[in-house]
Amino acid sequence: MYKKYIRALAVLGVLAAIGLSIAGWLYVRNANVALLNPAGHIAERESHLMMFAAALSLVVVVPVFALLFGIAWRYRASNTKATYKPDWDHNNWYESAWWLIPTCLILVLSVVTWNSSHELDPYRKLAGTAKPLQVQVVALNWKWLFIYPEQNLATVSYLTLPQNRSVEFTITSDATMNSFWIPQLGGQIYAMTGMSTKLHLLPEQIGTFTGASANISGEGFAHMTFKTNVVSQPAFDDWVAHAKRLPPQVLPLSQKTYKELTEPTQGYAPTTYPRVDKDLFDSILMKYMKTAPPTAAPKPEEHTDEHQHTMPMSGMDHMDM
Amino acid sequence: MNIFANFLGRLNFDALPHDIITIGGAITMVLVGAVGFGLMTYFKKWRWLWTNWITSTDHKKIGIMYIIIAMVMLLRGLADALMMRAQQALSAGDAHGIIDSDHFQQVFSAHGTIMIFFVAMGLMFGLINLVLPQMLGSRDVAFPFMNNVSLWLFAAGMLLINVSLMIGEFSPAGWLAYPPLSELAFSPGVGVDYWIWSLQIAGVGSLLSGINFLVTIIKMRAPGMTLMKMPMFAWSVFGSMSLVVFAFPILTVTLSLLALDRTLGMHFFTTDAGGNAMMYVNLIWAWGHPEVYILVLPAFGIFSEIVATFSRKRLFGYTSMVYAIWAIVLLSFTVWVHHFFTMGAGADVNAFFGIMTMIIGVPTGVKMFNWIFTMYKGRVHFDSPMLWFMGFVVLFTIGGVAGVILSMPPADFQLHNSLFLVAHFHTMIVSGVLFGFLAGISYWFPKVFGFKLHEGLGKCAFWSWLTGFILAFVPLYILGLMGATRRLDHYDASLGWQPLFIVAGFGILFIFLGVGFQVLQLLWSIRKRAELRDTTGDPWNARTLEWSTTSPAPFYNFATIPTVTTRDAFWERKQHKDEPTSNVSLEPIHMPVASPYGPLIAAAAFAFGFAVVWHIAWLGIVAFLAVVGFIISRLCQDATEYTVTVDEIAAIERQSAGRRYA
Repeated sequence: MYKKYIRALAVLGVLAAIGLSIAGWLYVRNANVALLNPAGHIAERESHLMMFAAALSLVVVVPVFALLFGIAWRYRASNTKATYKPDWDHNNWYESAWWLIPTCLILVLSVVTWNSSHELDPYRKLAGTAKPLQVQVVALNWKWLFIYPEQNLATVSYLTLPQNRSVEFTITSDATMNSFWIPQLGGQIYAMTGMSTKLHLLPEQIGTFTGASANISGEGFAHMTFKTNVVSQPAFDDWVAHAKRLPPQVLPLSQKTYKELTEPTQGYAPTTYPRVDKDLFDSILMKYMKTAPPTAAPKPEEHTDEHQHTMPMSGMDHMDM
Repeated sequence: MNIFANFLGRLNFDALPHDIITIGGAITMVLVGAVGFGLMTYFKKWRWLWTNWITSTDHKKIGIMYIIIAMVMLLRGLADALMMRAQQALSAGDAHGIIDSDHFQQVFSAHGTIMIFFVAMGLMFGLINLVLPQMLGSRDVAFPFMNNVSLWLFAAGMLLINVSLMIGEFSPAGWLAYPPLSELAFSPGVGVDYWIWSLQIAGVGSLLSGINFLVTIIKMRAPGMTLMKMPMFAWSVFGSMSLVVFAFPILTVTLSLLALDRTLGMHFFTTDAGGNAMMYVNLIWAWGHPEVYILVLPAFGIFSEIVATFSRKRLFGYTSMVYAIWAIVLLSFTVWVHHFFTMGAGADVNAFFGIMTMIIGVPTGVKMFNWIFTMYKGRVHFDSPMLWFMGFVVLFTIGGVAGVILSMPPADFQLHNSLFLVAHFHTMIVSGVLFGFLAGISYWFPKVFGFKLHEGLGKCAFWSWLTGFILAFVPLYILGLMGATRRLDHYDASLGWQPLFIVAGFGILFIFLGVGFQVLQLLWSIRKRAELRDTTGDPWNARTLEWSTTSPAPFYNFATIPTVTTRDAFWERKQHKDEPTSNVSLEPIHMPVASPYGPLIAAAAFAFGFAVVWHIAWLGIVAFLAVVGFIISRLCQDATEYTVTVDEIAAIERQSAGRRYA
């Protein structure tokens, strides 16, 4: 007696699925699908790689689906005309096929993986381009600091990059771990305290692209986005010159102003510093590499128990890195 | 020493919830608890609960208790999921949604932790308990008392994580609590401590279970059941439990080191004084990746049983399946770096781990083809367990494609920590693990309770789950490609992500509809249990030994231990019309006695965890001594078994035979 309703429901479901798929398709066509809409060399190569892996996977997926539904339908219990061999459970040819064919596919993919991992290694200088622009990146709670050592200036919460010139980012953190990511320019890399990671990108299109932190770092994490303005080389030079001419009441980035910057904030407005202390980035990096002084007690926390403060910490003496 | 200065450690009235949503959650939990307590008292069921269930060493009852806890936790985890999607659907541009950032972080941390440790692990151990011994033709697991301890340690961990909702807060650092965010300097509250100790306690339970089932498989198979005649589910549990035994100690150590950092001021993973957070990330994934296979292998085993049963045909490529399981077991320890290609390891390292990851696709693919060819030339009956299987193959294959893409390091640089990744691992775990366990529950339910679940409502539940899953996660794949990272409580309206988040939110509602159908199915089936009664013990025309007993099986499972000569022992017996020999050769059976020490040890462990979280020194010491004391006094017990006499067995068998052939 339910048959009628079930059939109606099924038809309705299929129609809804088709409708939703069309709506989704139209929506996606007009949206900015960042990873498939690259604006830089690395992002473009990476998007090709994704497409390639997906396409190659279809070699397995299509037969799996065809076999699954084909066999399920043909050998449904109500189809008594189909052969029934309840003890047929082994065939060397068939089993060899599905050990070997996927293995071959994986072989192909392995070669591609090996090569692409090396070619698109974020540490690798990009061949054939001019000397890369140096940008030092510091993840703070909860904003990004960008230092341009060659231009002797710094920005917070926004980046300006010249078109068609590779950029070498040297990345660290002065808070928790974050991940530095500008999807339309290329893949991400972690920002960690006491170490520096590298990322090479090559912006190719003029425009403004969103960057973000891709690793949870605390309450203000969602607001760690920044705009990356990719501009022509002359426009970039103008921007640098303009930053240099900022009125004298705009303070440079010194150890003192930096200390203020490290206070946790959310949604920090884009800021420019006309000058930067030369050793600032190194001092941020090095401050975590120091050995704990032999007498240092663990960082006193107001909420911890009294007995922690009096714990003998002799074990720390010979701990160095 | 000033340890005793503060009687309640850092616990005070500030620990009670302040905001409306948490208060609501806490009140709901307290009310549910109070109603349960009241009902138990009103119907005077406490003694029955204690003697028949809580202290029971019967693996079947332990399995049922695992599954009940896991199902309740599934509701909690889904409620967390709904809150996250509600926040994300409502929090674009100037709008800021329903909860603040800190609370949002606690919600997603709780969601992940609960779903993996207290839903997936609970369902897995529950199902293994329900069927593994019977499948092997055994009367119990190798260590029945330890089994009870495992259950209650699991329950103690579960309780601790839920107490954090009412007293204090939960971890804001994600389900794997990466330092330095999870260190004192950045998460000074009690949340991360709750996370550590709830996992630590439950984790010890898991390790004990792992040892227990491993020994059960090695030592307690019925005579004649060589390894290569074991049901595939037993093989998959064998693989999975081997992984538990090797991987869980890593988790225990890692959590201990983090606890030492937080509680005793050490510096294993801190930013300063030589701590190294990267070490934590390596260690946690050296456990975390095998954990994925710990969960998925038993589900694969369940599908293997289901496909063969509902195709009325032998499992295709049995030997291949066994090799595939062990290939997966070994490879699962060689891929952990793929969780953090973006940490900046060199290209050689990343490429190696990327390739190892892809290689796991081969044995997994082999299993897929073998399942499909089990249906080939069979008679496929599409009862609801089979529907879950079909849904699994489709979704798992799609998730696998996403996995292949993610396994290439340069592609992962773009997709890491994006919602694409979130969609990928949910596809694998929901379709691979959860669908498997839900299929297993509907498959073995009649064996455990003696009546089948209502089929129509089961199918409604499946279709709602499938629809909900697609609606909830296809938008996430797209959002990931649009550059949306995971764990965002707010985003810019101009990015155009909001419609997709709204669709994903509706997906969760469909999943809730599916859960609603499952609850309804359970209640309806209990009401109509007379009609749905399984009088044969073998409602599906199945193949393995657990179906050769009555439904439900007597507490000793088998009056006489069966002798096995082939795979699919029960099926072959039915084909050859071999009736098991009658009661002539009955012998007295030794069964384990119920023991109060399991729940007592776990209660003390819970108190210990709570004390460490809140720095209540005296309670910690007392609770720790209590754990040790309970263990010692249990070890001093001599009478841990009792004998069921031949007359008693004969009486029970006559009774059940009467029921069976009535």
